[in-house]
Amino acid sequence: MTGSPFAMVRRVGRFVSGVTGADRYERYVEHLRRVHPREPVPTRAQFWRSHYEEQERNPGTRCC
Amino acid sequence: MSKPAPTGPVVDAPEGVQRLRTDPDRPPVAVRAPHLVTGREKLVFALIGLLGAVGWVMIAVVRGEHVNAVWFVFAAVCTYIIGYRFYARLIEYKVIKPRDERATPAEQFENGKDFMPTDRRVLFGHHFAAIAGAGPLVGPVLAAQMGYLPGTLWIVFGVVFAGAVQDYMVLHLSIRRGGRSLGQMARDELGRVGGIAAIVGVLAIMLILIAVLGIVVIGALANSPWGVFSIAMTIPIALFMGLYLRFLRPGAIGEISLIGVVLLIAAIIGGGWVSGHPTLAGAFTLEPITLAWLLIGYGFAASVLPVWLLLAPRDYLSTYMKVGTIGLLAIGILVARPEVKMPAVTEFASTGAGPAFAGSLFPFLFITIACGALSGFHALISSGTTPKLIEKESQARFIGYGSMLTESFVAVMAMVAAVSIDQHIYFAMNAPGALTGGTPADAANYVNGLPLLTPSGGAVPPVDAATLQQAADSVGEETIISRTGGAPTLAFGMSEVMSVFGGDALKSFWYHFAVMFEALFILTTVDAGTRVARFMFSDALGNVPGLGRFKDPSWRPGAWLCSIVVVAGWGSILVMGILDPLGGIYTLFPLFGIANQLLAAIALAVVTTVVVKQGNLRWAWIPGIALVWDLLITLWASWLKIFSSDPKIGFFAQRSRFVEAREKGELLTGASSPGDMDKIIFNSGVQGTLSIIFAVLVIIVVAASVVVMVRAARAGGLPTSEDEGVPSRIFAPTGPVATAQEKAVLQEWKDAGLDPSPAATRGHG
Repeated sequence: MTGSPFAMVRRVGRFVSGVTGADRYERYVEHLRRVHPREPVPTRAQFWRSHYEEQERNPGTRCC
Repeated sequence: MSKPAPTGPVVDAPEGVQRLRTDPDRPPVAVRAPHLVTGREKLVFALIGLLGAVGWVMIAVVRGEHVNAVWFVFAAVCTYIIGYRFYARLIEYKVIKPRDERATPAEQFENGKDFMPTDRRVLFGHHFAAIAGAGPLVGPVLAAQMGYLPGTLWIVFGVVFAGAVQDYMVLHLSIRRGGRSLGQMARDELGRVGGIAAIVGVLAIMLILIAVLGIVVIGALANSPWGVFSIAMTIPIALFMGLYLRFLRPGAIGEISLIGVVLLIAAIIGGGWVSGHPTLAGAFTLEPITLAWLLIGYGFAASVLPVWLLLAPRDYLSTYMKVGTIGLLAIGILVARPEVKMPAVTEFASTGAGPAFAGSLFPFLFITIACGALSGFHALISSGTTPKLIEKESQARFIGYGSMLTESFVAVMAMVAAVSIDQHIYFAMNAPGALTGGTPADAANYVNGLPLLTPSGGAVPPVDAATLQQAADSVGEETIISRTGGAPTLAFGMSEVMSVFGGDALKSFWYHFAVMFEALFILTTVDAGTRVARFMFSDALGNVPGLGRFKDPSWRPGAWLCSIVVVAGWGSILVMGILDPLGGIYTLFPLFGIANQLLAAIALAVVTTVVVKQGNLRWAWIPGIALVWDLLITLWASWLKIFSSDPKIGFFAQRSRFVEAREKGELLTGASSPGDMDKIIFNSGVQGTLSIIFAVLVIIVVAASVVVMVRAARAGGLPTSEDEGVPSRIFAPTGPVATAQEKAVLQEWKDAGLDPSPAATRGHG
């Protein structure tokens, strides 16, 4: 927990985007590069389209 | 010191610290250290224990005229810390026995999408956002009619010994089973009959949950142009966000959520203007039944519209609002330090004649506060999403048990907000219209007639109609009388607490802010729940020979048909509750609590069965006491709801009393016309039947699990459906902060030039 105030803000931002799932694309790309380096990387728009299509098939539940 | 094991991991244990390697050429993937308690640690926990004890003494024993809400915070938080440190640790050592050298589903099936090792602190937030909803905010508010003490005790000790235990153990079970759902695990562990009963039970319970949450939200919005306008605006805001993410800036969730939150706040402010506008105010003033039909239409639309258009952006908004508001409320309570107005225990705890819900403390308090102390619904989250994201088995304590403790704290704050408002206002808001008469004058008469006492036992000075009206004016509402359902009371309490920021002038803003945030939660649950129930229903239909096509979720006619059935299911209960002359909350909230607690019984039965199957009879009491307590209290409540001869409590007793009166041509309290009498007769019959269905399903599940347990105990253990598992190749610390030994291992990874958990690195910071 050290660093400039700017780094702190960035860390908080990354935490928040992790919690809300905003960093899904970046994580997927990282996964592809690491595990399947030969596979083509989808564009951001393609990725999110297919993400929502998957959600369409597998709904996540929310609590009461 | 290192000894190569032929099959298992390589263990090297300098000074008793076990460091496990699954690959001799790579750094360790797990650390197991015998926990040596240092003198400093003993001192710290002794102080925490002492502070907690002082908190409990102040609210439970000393009481007095001026109990400060800060003592609730101390008592609760210290108890959580002790529970987390000692009881959860005991569960970990004796029952869970995590093996970090085993890959979690996230690591084993990593696909960059739903299976993905995720930083434990990020996952904690993610899991908490998924389990937190309107439930822990509403239940405690209603339970406050029995005084602050019984509810607070159940919230805090219930979570330590039952709720958090359930969440933690279900999470672990699912981690060991590839992230399978509760329904699947029930089928695997309990056999066919138990499994089918569990799935049907889950489906039926979801319908009642959605319906009752709908009644709660309508209670807050009925005849409130301000509330209706701001909630209605969330739909175009969500649509705008969805379109923005689809066509303008795909994936820019942070940025659009920020815009969304700003628009939301603008909608709340705009609502104030609308409620003062001569023609617009009329247009947004809606009757409860109109709102019910709108909600049903919304639920159907949300279930068949594309996810990206409405559901996903709504979920982002709701997550931000949820975490933000809960944080704000915590700060507000610490800054405002309100004084408690309600006595520790009211007369209604023993007489059972409280106006918010019927029945005495045992057993009805324990089903009224469901979420916050023990929530069966969480088992659906703990077994679906989170196991596919967790890095290490041992993190389940922090994520499963820890998140549930946080949820319980939310419930404590809701309790504080409810008991720090004036008692007259509390009862005027929470008594159904049939009792208060609806006007300030009648309501003042009614609450002055209640046996209300101050915290130290004196009589509460009577209230006049003007005070009740002025309370409504202070929050920008036409009336606060009979705003049942808990949400308006919480919003009122919150507006008082939050008036430390901005004074009385902002009170109406905070009130509508709180209403908006609860409605947002509830609408998210309504649309997500409708969709999930639709999938469960079509999946079940697909198993019927000849209807296999229903298994295909992209088959539109099937999706539409199942959506209609599901929406009709909860919609009919919703309409029934809204039109109920006795008040939907009063009659249906107990069913909601019973349903949620029976779901917990299903989850705990599965968990206990697995522990017995593993041959761990000695420690089976850990989930066992939670199961037995939950089952006893909930079946007792179901029994009373079905068989009690008191018409205020028993559905069938109420029915026959109204049938008798109708034959004589009389009207009973609550009914103002023969039509009302018919409604009450019909509703109590339906509600009684639902109670029977829930109880029977759960008895089948528990009976199936007892049969399996007896067989397992006789055989000295039985195989469970646990997956074989593969060795892990990553490392991550267990708790929120790495221990010294874990830091040493992290350093080893660094020295070897390797990333201990590459998939989770984003977020490690």
